Amino acid sequence: MRDEKKYGMVIDLDKCTGCGACMVACMAENNVPFKEDESNKLDSITWMRVYKLTNEKPFPEADICYIPRPCMHCEADHGHSPCVSVCPATATDYSLRTGIVSQIYSRCIGCRYCMVACPYHARYFNWWDPVWPSDMEKYLSPNVSPRMRGVVEKCSFCFHRYQLAMDKAFLEKRRELKENEYQTACTQACPADAITFGDLNNPEHAVQQLVRPDRKNGGRTKHPRAFRLLERLGTNPKIYYLSSREWVRRAGDNYLKKENKTLSGRST
Amino acid sequence: MNINRRSFLSFVIGSAAGTTLSPLPWKMQDDSAIWSQNWPWVPVPKDGAANYTHSICTLCPGHCGITIRKIDDRAVKIEGMKGHPVNDGGICILGLSGLQLLYGPSRVKTPLRREGKRGEGKWKKISWDTAISEVAYRLVELRSKGQSHTLGFISGSEQGTITALSERFMTAYGSRNFLQTPSMDDSYAMVLNLMQGVDAQAGFDFENTDFVLSFGSGIIEGWGSPVRMFRANSRWRTNGGKVVQIEPRLSNTAAKSDKWIPINPGTEADLAFGLAHVIIKQSLYDRDFIDNHSSGFDHWKKRVLDEYHPGKVAKTTGIDNSTIISLARDFARRSRPLAICGKGQGKTPGSSGEFMAVHALNALVGSINRKGGVWAVPRPGYIDWPEVKMDKTATKGFQQRRVDGAGDKKYPQSGSLLNRFFKMIHAKEISPIQALLVSDANPRYTLPDSKIIKEVFDKIPFVASFSSFMDETAVNSDLILPNHIYLERYEDVPGVTGLQKPIVSLSRPVIKPQFNTKHVGDVIIGLAKQLGKGTADAFAWENYENCLEKTMGKMWKTLIEAGFWTDPNFKKPKWDEILDFSSEKFAFLNNNTSIDYQYRPVKLEGEPTSFPLTLIPYDSMRLANGFIGDPPFVIKTVEDTVLKKKDSFVEINPKTARAYSLSEGSYAVLTTLKGSARVRIHLFDGIMPGIVAIPSGLGHTAYDKFLSGKGVNVNELIGSVEDPVSGLNAAWGIRAKLYKT
Repeated sequence: MRDEKKYGMVIDLDKCTGCGACMVACMAENNVPFKEDESNKLDSITWMRVYKLTNEKPFPEADICYIPRPCMHCEADHGHSPCVSVCPATATDYSLRTGIVSQIYSRCIGCRYCMVACPYHARYFNWWDPVWPSDMEKYLSPNVSPRMRGVVEKCSFCFHRYQLAMDKAFLEKRRELKENEYQTACTQACPADAITFGDLNNPEHAVQQLVRPDRKNGGRTKHPRAFRLLERLGTNPKIYYLSSREWVRRAGDNYLKKENKTLSGRST
Repeated sequence: MNINRRSFLSFVIGSAAGTTLSPLPWKMQDDSAIWSQNWPWVPVPKDGAANYTHSICTLCPGHCGITIRKIDDRAVKIEGMKGHPVNDGGICILGLSGLQLLYGPSRVKTPLRREGKRGEGKWKKISWDTAISEVAYRLVELRSKGQSHTLGFISGSEQGTITALSERFMTAYGSRNFLQTPSMDDSYAMVLNLMQGVDAQAGFDFENTDFVLSFGSGIIEGWGSPVRMFRANSRWRTNGGKVVQIEPRLSNTAAKSDKWIPINPGTEADLAFGLAHVIIKQSLYDRDFIDNHSSGFDHWKKRVLDEYHPGKVAKTTGIDNSTIISLARDFARRSRPLAICGKGQGKTPGSSGEFMAVHALNALVGSINRKGGVWAVPRPGYIDWPEVKMDKTATKGFQQRRVDGAGDKKYPQSGSLLNRFFKMIHAKEISPIQALLVSDANPRYTLPDSKIIKEVFDKIPFVASFSSFMDETAVNSDLILPNHIYLERYEDVPGVTGLQKPIVSLSRPVIKPQFNTKHVGDVIIGLAKQLGKGTADAFAWENYENCLEKTMGKMWKTLIEAGFWTDPNFKKPKWDEILDFSSEKFAFLNNNTSIDYQYRPVKLEGEPTSFPLTLIPYDSMRLANGFIGDPPFVIKTVEDTVLKKKDSFVEINPKTARAYSLSEGSYAVLTTLKGSARVRIHLFDGIMPGIVAIPSGLGHTAYDKFLSGKGVNVNELIGSVEDPVSGLNAAWGIRAKLYKT
């Protein structure tokens, strides 16, 4: 299929400063609600969440690294993402045209099977109806529906931005988007330029050039600095991380202590 | 039928049991959950035409260009402005949350007069005319008593017409007590003054340096202009630039640097001298600069060689002798090395001795006024108003000294000393300040030694705040005259902290004022017109917009069209422009002043015997700690090892924890000379044993429920220490103790 796209992301952890701008860019773009207390991270809705990793060594060998975690938009070896295969309501689906895992709030019945299935904790449940105090409803974007209590939500790769860009392209009698026409809010905001976003199938896009994913092999990469989260589960995430520190790359999967091979996109 | 006790009870118990056992309550509960889910609680955002406006973010001195996406007349998103010389499309976490400030619950919506006691929170809404005349009445009264000098003004904006108008107002009124919130920019300005003889701002050519030696500066924690620093840091990751971070705690900057060297806190200057020692000993310094553009080198050299042998420095700093030697070599051998200081975000000034030592290190390798080095950026000179003709009262009032002693014999080089201002008032029985105006500042929260600051505020008979938000200072004032927020008003924004090029940006109304607020510029002009002929004459403008347009002159058109103005002809300044002593030389030692500024370490408050630990604050991009507090989105991103429910965590090394039998998450009481607070413990291997690190930016008592009452304000625990040269606050921490509860 000629127009088959696989949107994905490369996040350079050597550049990521852990500042959290991507998290807030996402919240502001996608009408994500907030509550008085957000310190219980299990019910704090953050489509993009920055985790802090430590190498667990004592002072002064200690080291930390931040790792931003959007939805991985997995395309598992059997063709489905873990969440898609469990959804009884077809509220989440994998798009073969874009490679984006969707979430349709009005279909979601709130059973939360998908949250159990997701190995990346990328999905969040709305335990309460959202409340925007004072005049804050005024800043809500009409491009993204606010979600009601009882449904699951997650990162959509700012799909509405894709739709807007496609509408514009169609009006101009084009079928293809230029690389910079569709970028996610986090990519655009990142003050450290750590995030690169684009079509992993398009050799002209920076993401493809950065990691050169092996299409026949679940998008694996041979880039020495690259890794994906929980590579060995076979979920084939479309988020690639780059780090020059070995302990960071090893933190991306569950390794046994005696396993001393580092994976750069290869299963052992 | 007879109803007796027995039958009544059987009926009640029977019906209760029956209802519970029947499916009815469960069915009703289920139904009501489903039914209420269909209530239109979730808003449907109104659609409309999308449009974009450019402006400037003034939430911090970084001054990024921003683009606001609007749907009809609603602002829905703030993004970084593409093509802006500071941030080119990038934006920080606080800038992104600006709309929560605009539409949020902590806005002051109309002028307010206090009813009841200060801080009680009882307010009466008043009209703008009443509000301005009430301030005018107070000020006229003071003036008629010949006490014009007892008016104080604290301003948070740095340069530009708002500051100039405020200062002009004070001059025309007859008081010298105009103060600005201090930062490391003041310390750097002091250094440029003493070592180069210029009145300028320090600029750093980060885009062209290849080795940054940072003495605790949070390069990616918000030091300087945050987005610019992030971008520079990312560039070093790809072009081979190196960063060496020196500080006792593994900050994000330290973790991302090429080398982190932990140091005993407070000994940074010793290390700088130690490095200078090695550089001089091994003849690695820049001979051309030293021979042609510097003076006093031999004398300084002797002092460095005599007193800072690396072996000795190793003992003071806790850094290996060999590390010092190799660091000095690496630094001096690079083609464009740069040393910077100002701890964390640089929100507090520091020890002049330390700043001068670091600046001297730059001079030693010739990194002054060259590519990749430190530049002296001239202050913007476009404000050219006719001089104020002071009337008799004003002249008399102006003869009185400043309360903070800035510019006096002890601190001749300083312009404004906010911490000292409060200390001096505190020491007096009757406050030498009878009325205080506060604009764009929240000293009750942001200044160390909170207790003293609060006591001083309570002593001042009249306090008026121009704050747009219900911050700690506004809550405790007598009158609030709310300013428009930055997205609703015009303002010229000259300069970007740390940028080596002159730039002037324009903040403009992207949205019409949402509430009954008024531009502080208009309030000042309006106020001046009510104070009599003398002051009114100094403010001949119709309103602020008219004043701004006239002041900007030719620049105005560019500002309106592009949003910012840069000098197309700007080149690296000539030597005589940045070395303004008669000798036109860089002064390693300044002979013109009587000050003995030989470096002495800052002595922390508290005795080690009773306070065995050292408390240091740390800054984070996710915790705004200045005049602006965290909006809901930003506080949401704070990790649960920093803030959990209402408790904030302090970081200690597991070794320290063992000594005090503390473990992860346990509660403890942290005590210093200034106060004590209940905190929780977070074990962190990236911190030196014996050090306790506390996040700054928490512990608000004002603003909204999303921020208020969460965590501890570090300023309640920390004091200020007067720097012997500048009089600015030089405290970087305080001695402390911890015990388990």
